[in-house]
Amino acid sequence: MSEYVSNSRLERVLKAGHLGVTSECGPPRGSDPEEVKKKGLLIKDHVDAVNVTDNQTAMTRMSSLAACIHLKLLGIEPVLQMVTRDRNRVALQSDILGAASFDIPNMLCLSGDHQSFGDCAQGQNVHDLDSMQLVQTVRYMRDEGKFLGGDDIKRPPKIFVGAAANPFADPFEIRVPRLAKKIACGAEFIQTQCIYNIDKFKEWIRRAADRGLTEKTFIMAGMTPMKSVGMAKYMKNKVPGMDVPEEIIARLAGVEKKKQAEEGINICVEHIQELKEIPGVAGFHIMAIEWEEKVPEIVERSGLYPRPEI
Amino acid sequence: MIIAEKKPIEEIIQEVKDFDRILILGCNECVTVCEAGGKKEVEVLASVLRMYFMNQGQEKTIGERTLERQCDHEYLEEIRNIIDDYDAIVSLACGVGVQFAAEKYLTMPLLPGVNTICLGANEDRGLWTERCQACGTCVLARTGGICPVSRCAKRVLNGPCGGSTNGKCEISKDTDCAWQLIIDRLKALDKMDDYEKVAPVKDWSTDRAGGPRTVTREDVKI
Repeated sequence: MSEYVSNSRLERVLKAGHLGVTSECGPPRGSDPEEVKKKGLLIKDHVDAVNVTDNQTAMTRMSSLAACIHLKLLGIEPVLQMVTRDRNRVALQSDILGAASFDIPNMLCLSGDHQSFGDCAQGQNVHDLDSMQLVQTVRYMRDEGKFLGGDDIKRPPKIFVGAAANPFADPFEIRVPRLAKKIACGAEFIQTQCIYNIDKFKEWIRRAADRGLTEKTFIMAGMTPMKSVGMAKYMKNKVPGMDVPEEIIARLAGVEKKKQAEEGINICVEHIQELKEIPGVAGFHIMAIEWEEKVPEIVERSGLYPRPEI
Repeated sequence: MIIAEKKPIEEIIQEVKDFDRILILGCNECVTVCEAGGKKEVEVLASVLRMYFMNQGQEKTIGERTLERQCDHEYLEEIRNIIDDYDAIVSLACGVGVQFAAEKYLTMPLLPGVNTICLGANEDRGLWTERCQACGTCVLARTGGICPVSRCAKRVLNGPCGGSTNGKCEISKDTDCAWQLIIDRLKALDKMDDYEKVAPVKDWSTDRAGGPRTVTREDVKI
């Protein structure tokens, strides 16, 4: 068994060879901690860790770190998402230490949606580091015990470090080289963009496996159940880098409106069951957007429950 | 070159309305090429202002002058002998020219007549596009000659991000994804192996972050 780099349950589950399960919780657009806690408690027993998004789609929300702390205090393991859009290297390192002070054991490094999508379109963006450099930064802080500036850190952060991958963005041919680059920077786990085009995903992970990349990182397949045919069309046409095949839309359109959500869950469960068998898939990241209550059902029906004792 | 665009006439009128004698000062360099602040634009702006104030029943003196450059002492000196004839100057130079004139003529109100946009190229007739943000540490040797600092909306040095779709940026389908362009160039150069070299954390101290920048050359000083 590999040596552990953190106190992360997610790390232990993945390193023990179990399929890991994570989900996602978007902090509220307000300061009520109960909203975060409620979402966390809905999924607590069905996942290994919960990602907390960082001002996703550039809409101003409660800070990811604060929401992570609320979850952590409830005994729910958070994955702190951190984007490079809003903070420079001083603030990023500072927040990493802040997270580590609460023993938040996982982090996902992202560049973040452009601010023009959000409620502060006239704001500056920072991008002092990019997502790969943020991965390098956390690894450096953890492994060398040093700040980027070279000074020693007292009690370095013990954080299991992840990055995102989008197997479907353009150009496709660099999607695997880009994954290789993230791994070279130190990404220990990968959570992918929502997968609907199963064939394309399989091709991507096959190419990754051919290069030995699936041995070097844990790839968690991103899953988002469709609530309706309208959502499927929106994802296909409006969300950058999303690949929704026509057959998914046709299947949802083929059932009556009040049954579409159920069909969306069925598709999600079928996809998980299919991908469970694919070499290199180390787990699932189930992003049920504002639909957290469905996560337990998806996890159970996919045969991923109960979560292993670690 | 420096790309600028004309300010809305309403904004200029608002700025100059309280002055009686106004000099419109053009520049023969970049702003002439990008058709925002050369001799032709000086004439047009002066005419529009004259007409506007005439219609308002106000008598104003509106002078016109275009200098070879406004970012050079030598040329800015050319207006010293006429400057007392005016109460304010509307400079159609880039922000550099406006400031250089302001520094030279301490008691003269200097008002910008253009918005300075970027360092760019004349891509097509009537189309100017950004190419450089003067970050002070050029990375073009490593990126196939295409700049991720100025042309990627997130300044991603290890791109593309997940928002690249059909060669376009997530912010607009009219904006090329810089990293698509970089990859196209690396392929054309048969240098795709370079793609996997990780660009290290960048030293931004040579960029805006380091404060106002200067270049000092002892060898060319007098």
